Amino acid sequence: MIAFSQMDNQSLIELQGVTKVYGTGQAAMHALRGIDLGIEEGDFLAVMGPSGSGKSTCMNILGCLDTPTAGVYKFKGIEVGKLTRNQRTRLRRFYLGFVFQGYNLLNRTSALENVELPLIYRGVPAGVRRERALASLETVGLRGWESHTPGELSGGQQQRVAIARAIVTEPAVLFADEPTGNLDTARSRELMDLLTGLNRDRGITIVMVTHERDMAAYAKRTVRFLDGLVEKDEQNGRAT
Amino acid sequence: MLWNTIQLALREIKRNVMRSVLTILGIVIGVGAVITMVTIGGGATAQVKEQIASMGSNLLMVTPGKRLGPGQSSNTVLFKVNDGEAILRDVSSIAAVAPVSSQSIQAVFGNQNWSTQVTGSDNQYFRVTNRSIRTGRQFSDSELRAGAAVCIVGETVRKKLFGGQESLGGNIRLEKLSCQVIGTLEAKGQNTMGMDQDDIVVIPLRTYQRRISGNQDVALFQVSVQQGASTDKAQRDIRLLMRERRHLSPSDDDNFNVMDMKEIAKMLTGTTQLLTALLSAVAAVSLLVGGIGIMNIMLVSVTERTREIGIRLAIGAFEREVLMQFLVEAVVLSSFGGLIGIVLALAASVWLASMLRVPFVFNAGIVVIAFLFSAAVGVIFGYFPALKAARLDPIEALRYE
Repeated sequence: MIAFSQMDNQSLIELQGVTKVYGTGQAAMHALRGIDLGIEEGDFLAVMGPSGSGKSTCMNILGCLDTPTAGVYKFKGIEVGKLTRNQRTRLRRFYLGFVFQGYNLLNRTSALENVELPLIYRGVPAGVRRERALASLETVGLRGWESHTPGELSGGQQQRVAIARAIVTEPAVLFADEPTGNLDTARSRELMDLLTGLNRDRGITIVMVTHERDMAAYAKRTVRFLDGLVEKDEQNGRAT
Repeated sequence: MLWNTIQLALREIKRNVMRSVLTILGIVIGVGAVITMVTIGGGATAQVKEQIASMGSNLLMVTPGKRLGPGQSSNTVLFKVNDGEAILRDVSSIAAVAPVSSQSIQAVFGNQNWSTQVTGSDNQYFRVTNRSIRTGRQFSDSELRAGAAVCIVGETVRKKLFGGQESLGGNIRLEKLSCQVIGTLEAKGQNTMGMDQDDIVVIPLRTYQRRISGNQDVALFQVSVQQGASTDKAQRDIRLLMRERRHLSPSDDDNFNVMDMKEIAKMLTGTTQLLTALLSAVAAVSLLVGGIGIMNIMLVSVTERTREIGIRLAIGAFEREVLMQFLVEAVVLSSFGGLIGIVLALAASVWLASMLRVPFVFNAGIVVIAFLFSAAVGVIFGYFPALKAARLDPIEALRYE
């Protein structure tokens, strides 16, 4: 177990001079060139920027899927870069929720089973698991669709299953990579209302990558990436 | 956690019934083949052993002619009746000696005819070959001396010629000889070589010599050694006696053979067992091939499910949990294949045993071993694909199309 006693009252997430370099020598590709970023608990962050600007790399590092080449990433005061692969897995399991780009649900698996998955890895007993998964599906408005497989659900519904799966564990932080990428405007707005609600009512910190200014406007704060650096970091006017 | 993992594996197997069936086919065939081979082989061995027990005890066979090497011609000197008498008289611990001459002859009764082995011998024949008269009687001394036209028939011959009719007193024709049936033999079944021992007509040796072969020769002697006495010693003594009677000088090879039937039978048992082992080994190779089949499908499955693995790893599955999931899946698959193989093998064994007329001997040991082996195949051949799955980088795996 990680020494969680290290946790203190500083920022939930803190990046200090984080760089990420892929490859070495001539072929080295600098994806991040020194990012400083702090995220407080309860924040709702929209990450924007053109492709190749480093926002995906940054998300991977924030999501403890990857480690920085240099610099420090502290999650609740713990330096993630110094953790083993299994320790980072433990962080993801107990504190983080993911809504991946393109849904990434398990095929031929019912919505309920998909949502139950993170709870299985947490070792939640079957009865409680089912109850919580159903509650989570209800939160995203998919009551009655539990037994449908992704193939039988629309894109918007699949995205909501993905969100239900991400929030069923009541994570400290929810990472969403272009959650509205495949949805029409009406569905996108519904989804953003859902995320906003989760942030407001449950106090879940949300970090969301998006290309659309409209969607970013739902967040409390917008961070703009360019060429591996934070170009702009501003509070949104219409924070809800 | 393990129970969860097993549930996950079962769910995954159910989701891909067709693929699962194809995956385990190799194991099914492998396990099935091994168990069938061992079971049938065991049955054959048991049968041979039973036949050895039913064979006349301590039986020696004395045949003329030398063991021929390459380029050697035989100038066989045949036996006469007095050779047999000499063996009984001069060699100690001999229980009985039966002179035997025989050939295949068409036996006719009414409009029935049947080609059978006609054997000329005397009453000692029944003793040394461990046969008993079922109905009727043995030959009388006067019949043997005079070469009377009488015969004793085996069960197969009785059935073929007489069917449901009374055979005793009936006259059957053997070429030019017409003889009266005075007795029938108790059925004996097949011998070690698979020959029907009941397909036989026994007539007095004198009758055989006069009316069938037309000479005074005896083809071979069957010698029964007294219970408890050494067959080896009797074998040696007969050899010395025959050499002396045939005036062979020390440099001459034997121009006859003294064989111990039990040795031949034991050799046959050994051959059966060797054959069983050999066939089982071939079958075991197919089990190995089945294992490689599982590895193949599991590797394909890992590639196919790269995204799924990525999702699992990203949302908090440990490497060892993914490893376990795939390993358990492989083991569940292969064990399941093993179980199906066992059921099929038992069915096939029962059927084959009745076809080949060998007893069905259930061998619990090989069933357990085959099952454990199939599970082990799952572990061994499932490990590499499972490790490959567990080592995937979640970021790469999620991006995989």
